Amino acid sequence: MKWQFSGDAPIYSQLIEQIKVGIVSGAFPPGERLASVRDLAVEAGVNPNTMQRALTELERDGLVYSQRTAGRFVTEDTAMIESAKRKLADRQIQNFLMAMTRLGFEKEEILTLVRRENTGEGLKHGDF
Amino acid sequence: MAIFECSELTKSYGRASALDHLSLTVEPGHIVGLLGPNGSGKTTLIKLANGLLTPDSGAVLVDGRAPGAETHSIVSYLPERTCIPLWMSTRKLLDFYQDFYADFRRERAEEMLTHLNIRMDQTIRQMSKGTREKVQLIMVMSRAAKLYLLDEPIGGVDPATRDYILNTIIGNYDPEAAVVISTHLIADVEQVLDEVIFINQGQVVLQSSVDQIREEKGMSVDALFREVFKC
Repeated sequence: MKWQFSGDAPIYSQLIEQIKVGIVSGAFPPGERLASVRDLAVEAGVNPNTMQRALTELERDGLVYSQRTAGRFVTEDTAMIESAKRKLADRQIQNFLMAMTRLGFEKEEILTLVRRENTGEGLKHGDF
Repeated sequence: MAIFECSELTKSYGRASALDHLSLTVEPGHIVGLLGPNGSGKTTLIKLANGLLTPDSGAVLVDGRAPGAETHSIVSYLPERTCIPLWMSTRKLLDFYQDFYADFRRERAEEMLTHLNIRMDQTIRQMSKGTREKVQLIMVMSRAAKLYLLDEPIGGVDPATRDYILNTIIGNYDPEAAVVISTHLIADVEQVLDEVIFINQGQVVLQSSVDQIREEKGMSVDALFREVFKC
């Protein structure tokens, strides 16, 4: 998994986000055991306490659970994973809509553009 | 209990004040960035912690003790300048550290040296400046110390080695130990730090967790530093 961090948000929240993406995309499949905090921290290049904090919060949300001695696992509750996926998708759509609105597009225009992109006749040079 | 503590620590060189009633504490299990512009007192602070300088007033305590023989055994110190003997080979240097420090983990050092393709029979004199810095840092990080004081550990090495070194610091993470890294390459170390201490003109101007800064200010520590110390 590729980890990337931006400067404007706390690192632990970016970790939560990226682990969630890993879970919904199947990079961390349901029921899979996660690497240790230290190994995950080294892999992501972050402070181990920060990684710990992110995992603790994912545990509180239920996407990850821990078993005393065996370690941490991804939830097997596929409905929960599906709902996390929807939430991530909603956020992406909102960000996209916000950016398009900033460019001056109306909702209908945006939908038309998306539909055209989808059918393979996306924007060409000279369209505007 | 704090592993490293300064209270009202003051030090001047003649009439030039280096540290001015500086107080701070570092808890075990934390990786702390000591950040400040040139001449802000970072190196003076680290030298005081190692007993290389004595305070004019105030106190510096390592694991509850004033710097001395006992604290040297639990502090692993990387000076700002490389100070390993030039005539020694890498192998000889390993012997030297093994003789000197009971907590030196030779296998760990050997593993890192091999990983960075540093030869055992090469003398320090034959190495480039960057390689010398790598070797010294490997020696320092291979001790099972309780407090690591690293004065500009990544200044002279290339970005790929920098990543390797930072990963080594995280990988060696021991909840009982603390690491203090003085640097001005903030963007490179920010992700591995728990906390940062900004010092300026010998005083602490800010001590906060990295994520708290990002949460409250909506900017990275690097960006905040540029704002606070804008010239």
